[in-house]
This record gives sequence, C-alpha cells and structure tokens, in this order.
Amino acid sequence: MILLVDLCYRDGSLGFEEFVLPIARIVEGAGAEYRTVHYTRQPGQAARDCDGIILCGTPLMDNGFLGHLALFSWIPETRRPILGICAGMEVLALLAGGRVIPCPGIGMTEVRVTAPDPIFPENRTFEAYELHENACTLPPCYHALAESDRYIQVFRDPDHPVYGVMFHPEVRNEWVVGRFLDAFCRSSLSGSPGDRSLLQFQ
Amino acid sequence: MKLGVLCSGGKDSIYSCGMAMEREEVACLITVHAKNEESYLFHTPNVGLVRLQAEAAELPLVETESAGRKEEEMADLGRALDLARERHGIAGVVTGAILSVYQASRIQRLCRERSLWCFNPLWHTGQEAYMQTLIGQGYEVLVSGVFSEPFDASWLGKRIDARALTLLKQYAEKYRITLTGEGGEYETFVADAPFFSKRIEVVRAETGYRNFRGVYRITDARLVEKNDPAR
Repeated sequence: MILLVDLCYRDGSLGFEEFVLPIARIVEGAGAEYRTVHYTRQPGQAARDCDGIILCGTPLMDNGFLGHLALFSWIPETRRPILGICAGMEVLALLAGGRVIPCPGIGMTEVRVTAPDPIFPENRTFEAYELHENACTLPPCYHALAESDRYIQVFRDPDHPVYGVMFHPEVRNEWVVGRFLDAFCRSSLSGSPGDRSLLQFQ
Repeated sequence: MKLGVLCSGGKDSIYSCGMAMEREEVACLITVHAKNEESYLFHTPNVGLVRLQAEAAELPLVETESAGRKEEEMADLGRALDLARERHGIAGVVTGAILSVYQASRIQRLCRERSLWCFNPLWHTGQEAYMQTLIGQGYEVLVSGVFSEPFDASWLGKRIDARALTLLKQYAEKYRITLTGEGGEYETFVADAPFFSKRIEVVRAETGYRNFRGVYRITDARLVEKNDPAR
C-alpha cells in the first residue's frame, strides 16, 4: 500500500485531480494499491500501514502548506521510503534543515543527473516538466542527485530512501515513480506484474 | 474561490467547468474567438455558440477576439483574463487541458503574471474512464470537426455515445490517435451537460469534408427545455 499525501489548499480541492490522481494512476499502473489523505488529516497514522509515501505537488499559487510545517512532524519518525514531489520536496527540505527560496519555473526543462542512484542510474540529461514558485537549497547531510541551470532538481537522504524531486514526474517521466516503487516499496507491488515500462530510465 | 472557466465549447472545457462548479464558485465562462482556423491555442469550430452554453449554464460570458496569430494569441487571452477579473472578480482560471504541455505552460505563465490560480482538473486523466464518464453522466457531445485519419465525413455531427467510443478506441489503437482528441484529431461541441438548465438544439448545420479533414458548422441553434417531448 502506497500513501499519497495531498498538499493542496484544502481537502477535496480542485487541485486533487491535477496533482494527486495522476500519481495514483502511475502507482496503480505499477501494480500497487494506494490510499490518499490530505496533509491536515493526520497522515502519520495512515503511514504506519503503508510501504511507501508520496508527497504530491500543488498548484503554482498554492503554498499554504509551508505555513503548517508542524503538520508534517510525523515524517522524520516514519522510517518509510518517501518521494516528495515539488511541494513535497519543499517540505522535506525544510524538515531536514534546508531552505525554500523564491525561484519560479514553468514548462519543460533539462535535468542533469550528477550522482547516479537506484532511481537515476546514469549520468545523463532528460527533459522534465516543472511547475513551481519556489526551489530548495540542499539540506545538510543530503546529497544532490540532479540539477538544472538554476537549482537542485533531485536530492536524497543518503541514509534512508527519502527523495525530493522538483519536477513533476507524472508528466513524461512516470518512470521516476515506477523506479522508486520498484527499488524501495517492492512489497507493495506483490501480486501484480504492473507496467514494466515504468521501470526504464527514459 | 471565484473562478473563470476558459471555454472553447468542447467537451474538456465544459466537463472541467462542471467539476469546478462542484468545488468552487464559477463566476463566468471565458472565450476567445480566433479568426484564424489554424489557431494554436483556441479551438474554433462553433466557438460562437459558447454564448448559448453560458446561457444554458446560467453563467455570464466574457468574450474577446483574436486574430489567431501564434505570437499574439497569449496577449489576446491575457486581455480576456483581465476582463474577467475586472467584471467578475475571479481569483483563478480553469482549463480543460489534458496532456498539452504547450497549452498548459502558456496559460500557467499568463495566470502567474496576474497572480491568478490555475486549475487543470483533467490533467493526465485516465482517458477511457473520462470518456465513459461523459457518456454515463449524459453529456451530449457532438463531433464538430475531424482533422486526421481515419475519420470520415460520417463523424461530423455524430454524438459521442458508447458505440462511437468503441470506434474511437479502435482508432486509438490502430492509428495512434488520442482517445480524447487532445492531439487535435477531432473537436467537439457540447449540446447538453448535467449542469445546463436547458439543452442546445441544433436547428441547422453545414458540413465540409475532404481528405480526413472536415468541420460541422452549426449555423442555427436554440435553447430548448430538457424535457421537450419533441427531442
């Protein structure tokens, strides 16, 4: 079971279909089950029963979650694999001592892998879709795995499978979610072969 | 939150409008009339009938014109957004974008320049499930234009029902079209939606078709009661 955390401005918002459901479809396509919960609805409790957690993105103008960081205090204690997407990366950065800085990005951009990793296995570039008002500085002890011209695109905690990605993998880079699930949430994939194309670094 | 819905008259913008009405306050529809049929951003067949759709949905309409020249289209759309905010106090915009990064990115930038929220509730939706939902919820979706192989003239004016969807699925598999027509393979016009107080009856239409390209141009239409026995 994969927990998808909705970071949009309110539970049941119009952002849910745009930022949570596309991730849910990828998870389902990979052969895993999922449940969704809004960040104000105690996701820490639901996280206990899950194999992995994905913190989903939000609309460009939707940065309200940054004012409620205390609602994410369950994250450092959960010990589950985590993939934070855009807004989710910003939360991970702040929790780990990094900063969120104004740095808007809209549209396709070139992402360069700088430190190969189980999800991003080769030093090369790929095109990715971004939609953000802010970017993140690298938290102390975290490793930067990929970058674009102006900021870090991917970082991770070197000791635990906790990743932040600034771009939106649901647009043309579904393999990022697929490889995250395959590498760290294998037990959630049992019983279904899923879509193997989701495992290829494209 | 007061929202304006960018409306071409096609199924994706009308369905997105319905979704927005369930969650927020839709203050108006916004449409841009492109004089150029090859417009990059603005869907053109029957866009003039958005006025009737707005009336059916009991929503005000904000209309502007565009020459449909690629480099000026964004400014034309920007004028429409400014007008919608001035007249109706919108705080955000809803679009029917499904897959087009080109379309979505440009509208996101326009909204950001104006500090408007931007929502794309159909973004990367499951295409088959979406088409089935349209049919199941009673949306009356007519094909208003075809622009790719293998569509023949019989598609012009055809209602998208379960049988049409079966054919579209076959086409999607064999000819690599998108099921929803997001790639511009076909265009639609919505004559009825669950949130319309009346439906649109096509009184007269003309068609033109050649080499897998054709348009169903509605030249006369009117609003009728939904329970009209003449339907």
